[in-house]
Amino acid sequence: MTQLLEAVFGGLSIGSVLLLSALGLAIVFGLMGVINMAHGELMMLGAYTTFVTQNILKATPLAPAYIFLALIAAFLVTALVGLLLERTVVRFLYGRPLETLLATWGVSLILQQFVRSVSWQFVTGLGIFCLLYFGAQSLLAWKTDFDRVRNWFIGIMLPLSAIIALVVSNVLGNAYKLAFTKPWFGTQGVDVTAPQWLRGGLVIDTYQLPYTRLFIIVLTILCLIAVYWFLNQTAWGLRIRAVTQNRAMSACLGIPTQKVDAITFALGSGLAGIAGCAVALLGSVSSNTGQAYIVDTFMVVVVGGVGKLVGSIVAAGTIGTLSYVIGSNALSPLIGFNEQIKAVLEFFATASMAKVVVFALIIVFLQFRPAGLFPQKGRTVDA
Amino acid sequence: MTRGIRRRDFIVFGSVAAGSILLKACGGETTTTTEGSPSPAAGGETIKVGILHSLSGTMAISEKSVVDSTMMAIKEINDAGGVLGKQIEAIQEDGASDWPTFNEKAKKLIQQDKVVAVFGCWTSASRKAVLPTFEAEDHMLWYPVQYEGQECSKNIFYTGAAPNQQIEPSVTWLMEQYPGKPFFLVGSDYVFPRTANTIIKAQLAAKGGKVVGEDYIPLGGTEVTPIISKIKAAMPDGGIIYNSLNGDSNVAFFKQLQGAGMGPDKYPSMSVSIAEEEVQAIGVEYLKGHFAAWNYFQTVDTPANKVFVANFKKMYGEDRVVNDPMEAGYIAVNIWKQAVEKAGTADDLNKVRMAALGQTFDAPEGNVTMENNHHLSKWVRIGKVRDDGLFEIVYSTDGPVAPLPWNQFVPETKGFACDWSDPAKGGKFKMS
Repeated sequence: MTQLLEAVFGGLSIGSVLLLSALGLAIVFGLMGVINMAHGELMMLGAYTTFVTQNILKATPLAPAYIFLALIAAFLVTALVGLLLERTVVRFLYGRPLETLLATWGVSLILQQFVRSVSWQFVTGLGIFCLLYFGAQSLLAWKTDFDRVRNWFIGIMLPLSAIIALVVSNVLGNAYKLAFTKPWFGTQGVDVTAPQWLRGGLVIDTYQLPYTRLFIIVLTILCLIAVYWFLNQTAWGLRIRAVTQNRAMSACLGIPTQKVDAITFALGSGLAGIAGCAVALLGSVSSNTGQAYIVDTFMVVVVGGVGKLVGSIVAAGTIGTLSYVIGSNALSPLIGFNEQIKAVLEFFATASMAKVVVFALIIVFLQFRPAGLFPQKGRTVDA
Repeated sequence: MTRGIRRRDFIVFGSVAAGSILLKACGGETTTTTEGSPSPAAGGETIKVGILHSLSGTMAISEKSVVDSTMMAIKEINDAGGVLGKQIEAIQEDGASDWPTFNEKAKKLIQQDKVVAVFGCWTSASRKAVLPTFEAEDHMLWYPVQYEGQECSKNIFYTGAAPNQQIEPSVTWLMEQYPGKPFFLVGSDYVFPRTANTIIKAQLAAKGGKVVGEDYIPLGGTEVTPIISKIKAAMPDGGIIYNSLNGDSNVAFFKQLQGAGMGPDKYPSMSVSIAEEEVQAIGVEYLKGHFAAWNYFQTVDTPANKVFVANFKKMYGEDRVVNDPMEAGYIAVNIWKQAVEKAGTADDLNKVRMAALGQTFDAPEGNVTMENNHHLSKWVRIGKVRDDGLFEIVYSTDGPVAPLPWNQFVPETKGFACDWSDPAKGGKFKMS
């Protein structure tokens, strides 16, 4: 009995983490056909936001409940970053999936290096540069016919603002030394501790269900309900669904598709932030946090089928359960009556091998159902 | 027409200038740095050495701190007047956590920059990648990290622990402290943990210990639920977890171990890749009471260590900690300096290599000696994580332990040794 419970819970807990991290990606991919390679890094930003929130609230009475505020903060921060990403990069590349893939991959590398090297010096330098360059640009654009002087402007202002920014930040760096130049987070991972009430677990017989895992399962369910409600009950949700089904027709009917894209991207990014907050409780927070999840996340989306929430749910559950059952050798007592079968099962029952087997099964599965478990029906999918 | 082209050139020039300036501002890490050299005299009165570590990518987390301590050693030597009256100039290259890149950069340092020694590498994979280059060029690498042994190159000086200076004594200690308890071996899936676990299994088999399970997580993997279930199933009444996980996997492992209610009282763990820096990243809450085996801990009580820790904090900030590989990186520079001074030259690598043998240095961990097999005699210690994230030293040898690169428990290497002082013996010879 406990063994069955253990297996169900193990599969469920792996699956819920997968689903949580894949949810945002599935929505963005489903609506816009954009493969966002920076999704993992948005998760990482969510995890760092959790870390910052934890540190801010450490000495206050809110400390035990910091995780709830961190969830909200992580959602807002990553949604904003996602919005920025959509407005500055992704929207210029709609309809060009390969370019989007490369561009977002570049963004993911930039974000990784950003959290490693961001310091007061870095921020001041960047701030001064942006202030000078874009400030002058908007000033000029307001006063004169900007297009005429654009080339001269770029030629002069770009190096000039870069030099000023560099000099000022270096002077400040020399004046205040380490306090100013020390990276905020650095290359070293940082530590997010679960609040006291989330440590330990629920004891059932000889088995203990970790509270953090239970928390993530509940969080995943809440997120699913919220997303479902948003897509089905709100005006913007309706518009998102309309654009997903037929972009051209929706535009004809007066739906602001660009705005819909931006909102969807922000929503997807915000969900990545929540996932980041959750995985910070389980694992590490460092600049490569996102990379650990991105492959599995794509697997869930691909296996589930594009644009269907229920597909992602089933796929995450299946992959999670398979990984658990194979990796923990849970099958052995059930069908290991024969010594040889038992030996084979044991050979595959390591974490590394479980991953191999799951990938192999996914590849085989995609041979038969290339569009995933729940392919979208209709004439508009090949957009 | 001409105007158009000129204008475009101007933009290109402007953007390139701005870009390169910004790049320099943000990425000061990959550039050449000369530490504390008071304007070297004309003609290049410096001795060039290379520092080859990952400053970006997965391994940057660990390797950057070794760069810090290595640079500190160079700065200290320069401030005290340099080597042979010359300042040391350090050329830093970024291996980017990518083994082919390590090899390229090693070639660049040797052939183009003409350095006289290279300090660097962390993972065994990166060391194995650069080894052919160092052997082909007959050059010199100083490698600062504990490793799995089973290697002994004339061109590498190993200043971290060999297995018999870390893994073997820690297993012996565990068997004494927890008699009769079973072992479960957990590691990342690559060469170091697999070789280490082979050694542990051979040792336990020879000494009457019991291994009830072994599992590996892909490097960087964080999904540890199945492994925790397996440990629980294999050792329901508690037992010892021998842990050679690397990097991020450790964080997930210890967080979830605690979540499953498997604390150090019933499931004590011994780690060989967790040091002061990692404790900070994982969180003291999760590691309190667990063990780690190293040659050096920040809490080692020697006069040399007090100076070392104080100087490091002064240079890099009060909240920084030092760990074993950082200390080994610091030792490497100092032993190299002594060897150069004894040889009277930095350029004749054969002379420097021979002069390095037998060099003794009063290191933070205690006195260490470079042996004829290019490994250091080092002190062995076991620490228990305490509340402030540092280690309480619960075991220490009375003196340095001689290194054995070829393992004496594994049948294939039993009875072999390494000796570079005698050309007839070399890297692997059968002891009589």
